Amino acid sequence: CGSGLSGDYISEEGHYWIGMDISPAMLDVAVEREVEGDLLLADVGHGIPFRPGMFDGCISISAVQWLCNADKKSHSPPKRLYRFFSTLYTALARGSRAVLQLYPENSEQLELITAQAMKAGFTGGMVVDYPNSAKAKKFFLCLFVGTSGTLPKGLGTECASEELQQAKFTNERTRFRNVKGKSVKKSRDWILEKKERRRRQGKEVRPDTKYTGRKRRPHF
Amino acid sequence: MKLLTHNLLSSHVPGLRPGGGFPLKIELGHPSELPPEPLPDYEANEEFLRRLHHVLLEVEVLEGSLQCPDSGRRFPISRGVPNMLLTEEEA
Repeated sequence: CGSGLSGDYISEEGHYWIGMDISPAMLDVAVEREVEGDLLLADVGHGIPFRPGMFDGCISISAVQWLCNADKKSHSPPKRLYRFFSTLYTALARGSRAVLQLYPENSEQLELITAQAMKAGFTGGMVVDYPNSAKAKKFFLCLFVGTSGTLPKGLGTECASEELQQAKFTNERTRFRNVKGKSVKKSRDWILEKKERRRRQGKEVRPDTKYTGRKRRPHF
Repeated sequence: MKLLTHNLLSSHVPGLRPGGGFPLKIELGHPSELPPEPLPDYEANEEFLRRLHHVLLEVEVLEGSLQCPDSGRRFPISRGVPNMLLTEEEA
């Protein structure tokens, strides 16, 4: 829940919400902001403390990955994850949806989290926005209780699939670049690029002519 | 914490019997303005609904504590926020 930013959107839609956070400081900020929902100081790894079937939805932004950290010696991340998901499953009513945005450190973490969620009885899957961008890439774990709904499409996936399906045919002669996208060393292209770089650095460079990078006689 | 939230809360201390963590007992002296049992025609009774809405959504518990009926564990409430953190032995 943090400072209750998502909660404001929920309140705007006219829904009643309860926020949970392990940090008293964050909840203090939420109290200052006079959020409409109720707040609980709780550790979700201990369980979601509600009666069965009380809620119709769950939103989490950048919280679930913290359950993978073992902050104390007695913590076991898989157990904490399972405790969280199983109690969340209980607290949600039939037909509810939970969307958890998270930042997994690596694919093992992602698998661990998804496995515990499925073990707890959820259906659903992972939706990734902008999968090809390093910065904009966002993971959303979308979980359904009971009915298996359709997963929403991740943003940025349409553009990627279009490029893959089309092969370009042009009449131009294309200069070959090697796999990394850099020109082969010592070729004419490389020489021209290097001269351009030095010009940008403000150094004195000879002008480019038809003789630049020309093949010389072998005795050079 | 609104009373509606209290209606939804249950104790998550491990090892309780199913349904045993509810209802958490609110400890503070607060007189209720509601009749002890719902009147037979409550959906039409505007006055009752108004009072019910007031008690559920407009009355907030700011200081006090919640007690689990089965284990007796107390959860303190401060500034309207109940502290449901469990110690390491309990979790």
